[in-house]
Amino acid sequence: MPSKTDGSFFSSFIAVVQANTVDERTNFLVEEYSTSGRLDNITQVMSLHTQYLESFLRSQFYMLRMDGPLPLPYRHYIAIMAAARHQCSYLINMHVDEFLKTGGIAEWLNGLEYVPQRLKNLNEINKLLAHRPWLITKEHIQKLVKTGENNWSLPELVHAVVLLAHYHALASFVFGSGINPERDPEISNGFRLISVNNFCVCDLANDNNIENASLSGSNFGIVDSLSELEALMERMKRLQEEREDEEASQEEMSTRFEKEKKESLFVVSGDTFHSFPHSDFEDDMIITSDVSRYIEDPSFGYEDFARRGEEHLPTFRAQDYTWENHGFSLVNRLYSDIGHLLDEKFRMVYNLTYNTMATHEDVDTTMLRRALFNYVHCMFGIRYDDYDYGEVNQLLERSLKVYIKTVTCYPERTTKRMYDSYWRQFKHSEKVHVNLLLMEARMQAELLYALRAITRHLT
Amino acid sequence: MGKTRTTSAEGRERQRLPARRFRTTSPAALRADSVDGGSLLAPLLGLTDRAFSDCPDLADGAMEKMSRVTTALGGSVLTGRTMHCHLDAPANAISVCRDAAQVVVAGRSIFKIYAIEEEQFVEKLNLRVGRKPSLNLSCADVVWHQMDENLLATAATNGVVVTWNLGRPSRNKQDQLFTEHKRTVNKVCFHPTEAHVLLSGSQDGFMKCFDLRRKDSVSTFSGEATEAGPWEWAMAGWVPVLPVLSCHILRLHHSFAHGPTQDAESTANGSRESWGCPLYPLGLCSGPQAGQSESVRDVQFSIRDYFTFASTFENGNVQLWDIRRPDRCERMFTAHNGPVFCCDWHPEDRGWLATGGRDKMVKVWDVTTHRAKEMHCVQTIASVARVKWRPECRHHLATCSMMVDHNIYVWDVRRPFVPAAMFEEHRDVTTGIAWRHPHDPSFLLSGSKDSSLCQHLFRDASQPVERANPEGLCYGLFGDLAFAAKESLVAAESGRKPYAGDRRHPIFFKRKLDPAEPFAGLASSALSVFETEPGGGGMRWFVDTAERYALAGRPLAELCDHNAKVARELGRNQVAQTWTMLRIIYCSPGLVPTANLNHSVGKGGSCGLPLMNSFNLKDMAPGLGSETRLDRSKGDARSDTVLLDSSATLITNEDNEETEGSDVPADYLLGDVEGEEDELYLLDPEHAHPEDPECVLPQEAFPLRHEIVDTPPGPEHLQDKADSPHVSGSEADVASLAPVDSSFSLLSVSHALYDSRLPPDFFGVLVRDMLHFYAEQGDVQMAVSVLIVLGERVRKDIDEQTQEHWYTSYIDLLQRFRLWNVSNEVVKLSTSRAVSCLNQASTTLHVNCSHCKRPMSSRGWVCDRCHRCASMCAVCHHVVKGLFVWCQGCSHGGHLQHIMKWLEGSSHCPAGCGHLCEYS
Repeated sequence: MPSKTDGSFFSSFIAVVQANTVDERTNFLVEEYSTSGRLDNITQVMSLHTQYLESFLRSQFYMLRMDGPLPLPYRHYIAIMAAARHQCSYLINMHVDEFLKTGGIAEWLNGLEYVPQRLKNLNEINKLLAHRPWLITKEHIQKLVKTGENNWSLPELVHAVVLLAHYHALASFVFGSGINPERDPEISNGFRLISVNNFCVCDLANDNNIENASLSGSNFGIVDSLSELEALMERMKRLQEEREDEEASQEEMSTRFEKEKKESLFVVSGDTFHSFPHSDFEDDMIITSDVSRYIEDPSFGYEDFARRGEEHLPTFRAQDYTWENHGFSLVNRLYSDIGHLLDEKFRMVYNLTYNTMATHEDVDTTMLRRALFNYVHCMFGIRYDDYDYGEVNQLLERSLKVYIKTVTCYPERTTKRMYDSYWRQFKHSEKVHVNLLLMEARMQAELLYALRAITRHLT
Repeated sequence: MGKTRTTSAEGRERQRLPARRFRTTSPAALRADSVDGGSLLAPLLGLTDRAFSDCPDLADGAMEKMSRVTTALGGSVLTGRTMHCHLDAPANAISVCRDAAQVVVAGRSIFKIYAIEEEQFVEKLNLRVGRKPSLNLSCADVVWHQMDENLLATAATNGVVVTWNLGRPSRNKQDQLFTEHKRTVNKVCFHPTEAHVLLSGSQDGFMKCFDLRRKDSVSTFSGEATEAGPWEWAMAGWVPVLPVLSCHILRLHHSFAHGPTQDAESTANGSRESWGCPLYPLGLCSGPQAGQSESVRDVQFSIRDYFTFASTFENGNVQLWDIRRPDRCERMFTAHNGPVFCCDWHPEDRGWLATGGRDKMVKVWDVTTHRAKEMHCVQTIASVARVKWRPECRHHLATCSMMVDHNIYVWDVRRPFVPAAMFEEHRDVTTGIAWRHPHDPSFLLSGSKDSSLCQHLFRDASQPVERANPEGLCYGLFGDLAFAAKESLVAAESGRKPYAGDRRHPIFFKRKLDPAEPFAGLASSALSVFETEPGGGGMRWFVDTAERYALAGRPLAELCDHNAKVARELGRNQVAQTWTMLRIIYCSPGLVPTANLNHSVGKGGSCGLPLMNSFNLKDMAPGLGSETRLDRSKGDARSDTVLLDSSATLITNEDNEETEGSDVPADYLLGDVEGEEDELYLLDPEHAHPEDPECVLPQEAFPLRHEIVDTPPGPEHLQDKADSPHVSGSEADVASLAPVDSSFSLLSVSHALYDSRLPPDFFGVLVRDMLHFYAEQGDVQMAVSVLIVLGERVRKDIDEQTQEHWYTSYIDLLQRFRLWNVSNEVVKLSTSRAVSCLNQASTTLHVNCSHCKRPMSSRGWVCDRCHRCASMCAVCHHVVKGLFVWCQGCSHGGHLQHIMKWLEGSSHCPAGCGHLCEYS
């Protein structure tokens, strides 16, 4: 067992990419700083993956600041509404400022009762999209676009939906990466800045300072996690080989999906009791009181798709409504160019790889990435015909599943312990990579449901 | 393009050639392959045209059948009507049997064969059997073999390729199962002439070629493979399929089934082991990079080139492959922006490939040339899901869309803007289209997500061309008018010279027509251009007015006066008059002190009484109306009631007041009132009555006095309403602006008096009507200008949408005349949200570094690359971060203030370059 000095943690990816990363990264950050006048912590953390960061910022910039159907203050208010569903005060604060800067009416910040009925109408779809997107039907869309005083035009609605999905997903990322509020001097507009999770952003952003509590904790832990890593790699290799000869029957495949779906039920519910100290919940409560003015029905939360089986909601067949074929065309038709930006972002995150796993190089991580992506979709009831959900079970250990489920479904409950407890051998940048995957998968899932409803409304 | 069309008979002949050769030359091989099927053999024989030349009667039977089909085509016996039938589930794809009498429909939960009868579709066979429907039956694509009526293949969403043999005696017709693809298979395609060759393209980025006589794929093509050089392409790819080469074909046929070392006999022995070493090792391209290669969306064997197939990809590329060379594609080009969903080889023109993509385009490529050449491009309104060349019509193709648009279009590629035909039967997106017979252009079959299967008859199609308006009309920037109309119409009228295309843009005049086209008659139109006479008025007044009008920044009265003056100078008296009236209506309170100071402070007391008497509107109105009618009953009917009414009231005031001593010619005002309408007395009582309670007399009398004394003008309730930003700021100025010429003061006096009775609100309706009048007359400039100048005073009377409409039309006009500054000012001053956000869009200004000429992406003043400050002030030598002004002559410049100051004192450039700079 090699001793863990800082140097050895500067492993493969950092060492290899560093030469141009640092340069690229600083350039990038400087650029971002000069356009937006700030460097938020999200950007800093994401800058571990500059390629991705670029397309992320481009699409975010486009939907917030470039030509679009919605007025600028509306966009920020929608972002606030979306972030409020997850009590993400970090994002809320950020956009409260932006909202005021773009000429928003300060009164609206007093809560939903103060905004125009039109915005208020968006609340329902915000709620569903955030927690149970499968419930969105064409009736919801019809209600919004039905001609009347407060109706939404389809382009406006699509813009709003894109914003909502983006900020729900971003909230996942914020909590999942434990992003701290910026220490801004201006604690104006009466928002207390509460650090939700107590792991410092610098740790993540620098990645060399990986003196991680769980790692340094005990030697036993290291050995344990190392063997975990080896086991994972072993399983990946086996899966790759096996795939050729062992073919599961169709029934088997669909049972596996169902099983995965069902299992996701217990993943968190069992865990919440143990892993949540009371203080965490209290923290949540405090925030709730602050942000709940932007939402109605705060108790509405994620409910397991599998559990809904009783009402027999049909599984969303991914092949019947794909982003590439259907979602893109619709979104781009109604809100031009956003399709291309989102498309690029999805592709980017799906294909992003450094061919490393912790200390190992030249690993094909396709399988792992696909498992993460599809597992998120699985929890939202989206099934890929051509995917063997048995792989999820093999590749994603329980603690990771707990983490995934928490981050995508109840991001506000994420704790540092969860973050630490999976893949202990992996670098922070890799965990951030995981978070990016989760975030984009979630965004795509929400968009697919919303866009499908809009398509149904149109036909 | 110039080639003559091959006749259908020739086409068929050529198409069938290889197969026929195959049959006659290689009976052994054929018998061999039937070993695989064993029991299948018997049922197959009677049904297919697999001729066994050593079984004469069978062969005869097949030949006979074939000739029947041939005659069927030649005599076009296909009959039927436009019809549809309901399916149980949405269809994903359809395919037609080669006998043109059956169609297979496949979808996630449907897989059925329908017989196409004269009047209806009849379900013939349900291929979805078994207790529990498996995902293998969830079809993304289906294809029926064009040589073998019993052979079908489907692509399943879970990545399985299934073949079906209808000749199987059991209920389950499933034949083989290939589970080699890891992701959804998007497309399957049979070789057009080979019985056993099947090609599939999948989401995992691989294409696989299967020989149906064995269990695994023969070769795998990876979307990532590199391109072969053009030379190799020329050598290897385009081997023409000629009768002489039939032996060669036969050998190659085997080669890609078994590798070159195998011969037919060893296959007959069924020695599978010997296939272990095919020419190109399997899995050459598979391996770790799986998943990174681009997804394959479509694969199509070339109809005319035996070894060639095309594949299209999610990243917009199209690749051409030689089936014998799986290591790399022969050629690759980027066809679309975004995924290419489909492609189709032209049935007759070798090397014509049509592709359709998510970018809503259909492109026709000629791939026979050195570089793939785009020959035609059709722009559709939605992403293109399928494209199919229409048989027997060289330039026609049918398309359907993936999203939103449910119709099927048939395009003439030379006419890319209007579809030649349109089928509108479906209620949801069309997912599969197929021409019923490869030589009959009039029957099209389609399947849709709305769970229906349709047969469309070309003669029943709607033809958008017929509905298209062949007339067009457009104004040019300089007032020219271009007019296109059907030729017949124009020819009938003499005296108009057709536009010959001269000093201005040579617009095409007449399309050259292809008499072969069915719509030739509809395509002809003539274009006439009417030019404005040079200097003949035109829109000069518009430009002048727009430039000279003042819209804000001064008190209302001044704005009105200024604008009235502008209008008068341009000879637009009516407009000038309107401005004057507006001033009178809305500005008098502010000017009252002035007036009274100038003229009759003492008079103020005395004027109270007569006013009280005279301004009972109820009494007044009829009298006023009749009076005016009597006096001026004829006129030019030019002015509208607003003018009339306000000025008439005014006149009455004057009459009552007898304000002599003013040099305003009374008839100046009266002059404009000429042209009364009977409307007058219709209008007056109507408006007077409801307004009446607002003109409470006692209340008004006192404030009038106060006004006279105090500078702060107007009764409070009026002032509040009349408060518009630019006016309110300038109330203080009013006093200092007192020395206006006496005509104004007169007007003010009379108006002040009358105003004390009639608040500007009273005129709201009239002003609104006036604005509408102008806007309807086409002078939206006036409407918008008044709207801006009066601001809050009238805005509430006009509904938001109308305002927005006016604003946008005016801005559009201004921009056509390139009056950017004015247009921007209007945008800025507008209160309509939709309008005012116009200039918040696209506000980025890109700056290039003056040293290295590269764009400065991050900051506008420091270049990232050469690390220099790009814009230094020539005066103070500091970096300019805000407004930078520079001389266009010597390109030196600096802070606006500094340069201005410098140039006040010197005419030379501050940088010392010696240039005589000018600041204007």
